[in-house]
Amino acid sequence: MPSVIEVTNLHKRYGDKIAVDDVSFTVEQGEIFGILGPNGAGKTTTVECVEGLRTPDGGTVSVLGLDPLRDHTELTRRLGVQLQAGMLPESLRVGEALELYSSFYPRPADWRALLDDLGLPAKARYAALSGGQKQRLSIALALIGNPDIAVLDELTTGLDPQARRDTWALIEGVRARGVTIVLVTHFMEEAERLCDRVALIDAGRVVLIDTPAGLADRAQIEQRLRFRPSRDLDLALLADLPGVTGVTRRGEQIVVTGDDTVVNSVMAVLARNQITAERLRVEQAGLEEAFVQLTRKDVQ
Amino acid sequence: MNGATWRLIAVEGKLSLRDKVAPVWGVACPLVVLVILGSIPALREPITADLTIFDVYVPVLILFNIAILAMTALPTTLAGYRENGVLRRMRTTPVGPVRVLTAQLAANFAIALVAMVFFLLVAGLGFGVDPPRHPLGFAVAWLLATAALLSMGLLVTALVSSRAAATAIGTLLFFPMMFFAGLWVPIAQMPPLLQDISAYTPLGAGMGAFQDAYLGGFPSWPPLVILVAYAVVCAAVAVRWFRWE
Repeated sequence: MPSVIEVTNLHKRYGDKIAVDDVSFTVEQGEIFGILGPNGAGKTTTVECVEGLRTPDGGTVSVLGLDPLRDHTELTRRLGVQLQAGMLPESLRVGEALELYSSFYPRPADWRALLDDLGLPAKARYAALSGGQKQRLSIALALIGNPDIAVLDELTTGLDPQARRDTWALIEGVRARGVTIVLVTHFMEEAERLCDRVALIDAGRVVLIDTPAGLADRAQIEQRLRFRPSRDLDLALLADLPGVTGVTRRGEQIVVTGDDTVVNSVMAVLARNQITAERLRVEQAGLEEAFVQLTRKDVQ
Repeated sequence: MNGATWRLIAVEGKLSLRDKVAPVWGVACPLVVLVILGSIPALREPITADLTIFDVYVPVLILFNIAILAMTALPTTLAGYRENGVLRRMRTTPVGPVRVLTAQLAANFAIALVAMVFFLLVAGLGFGVDPPRHPLGFAVAWLLATAALLSMGLLVTALVSSRAAATAIGTLLFFPMMFFAGLWVPIAQMPPLLQDISAYTPLGAGMGAFQDAYLGGFPSWPPLVILVAYAVVCAAVAVRWFRWE
């Protein structure tokens, strides 16, 4: 797959404050690329440089072979943007907005079809829309020009869980049309669900770029096993097992931590001693925890 | 001019009408004043050989309309667009934010044009006020006054930081400007000092040019030059220092 976005050693300051220190990544055609990081990590500034809305202080950005600043007009025809805080006039109706914006592009999408796909009310005024509807409208405006790339910033912030899931299904549908998507988010669940690859950004730098699963692996998070033994047992039996890093008793529960072999070895010990593990729970490390681990490691 | 530009102008026009400021304060309010003043017999008595007080108020109310659109509706709308990220969103499209400003100016211009024709018709057909005796001179005066006012409105938008500030400053400028246009006291009845000041304000100059056209001549140069100066200087400063964010 050819790459459609190349960012190399991007650097951007606002006065004394460094927003983006040193960020490099490439986005390949047809993928959903996540830019993940805590608030204030420099995610939005990075994509604003990609969109040509900000002038970098250092480094290079190339999008579809175009310079976002020099070739801004050509870029806007091929790059759809959903802004974090991009609004419309309050009394503009949804249908009018889509019809108007579709007239801006040389080969626009059918705005009526987009309206139906996104389940938007054509006659409603912008001010009367719910948070979820506003969000879907801003996605529609990002797609109205039939772009090659869509940049979606904080897509589901402020949405309720159902609206968030609906939006995710929508994004998967957009990708199926062959649009490359750059997704800026601080929701791990969102990145895990949607992204092919994720760049983890913290304090203006790329911590790592990997698949969501790879990210979780790299964080090397321990598994945690909780259970209530059917009768009392000597904790030393478990503590001596290979791969186990800790055993603690919490009330009637026993918590064992260790690598991914501990589940099998603990169950084997229990079986040999004719103990059953009641209320057994295994906690798997998700991206959420990987994220916390990796950004913490980076600081240290 | 292409499809997108026309559509933008049409949408901005529609939004201006929906947002109430232009139709209520810009059109209905001066129209009501026009009808009320026209119904007071005392104001229909000639004060000079061929003008009544009411005759003088017709151009004042035309200026009232332009001033509301340019000093209140335009800055409030555009500063609101900047505040709400409408201009920013336009920067991500091939059309760009400059054309939104152009469309707003064009839409307000069109509303002002329709209102002016309407006011003249109401005054003429309803109350028998003669139309300006020098129509071309009147048209030139109206065009330059509208250009000067819209330029000033753009300048207010360009320099203030928020929608609230744009509304406040626009309204603050509106009242003294309307005073010098003779809304409360006809210019002819002002003390000489105020008359001199009035001649240098945009609406005072506009009234001067209108009165020349009403009396049958092409407007004299001083008011026209003053209007052109306001239009050019304000537009240049606004374009140079426009705050996009």
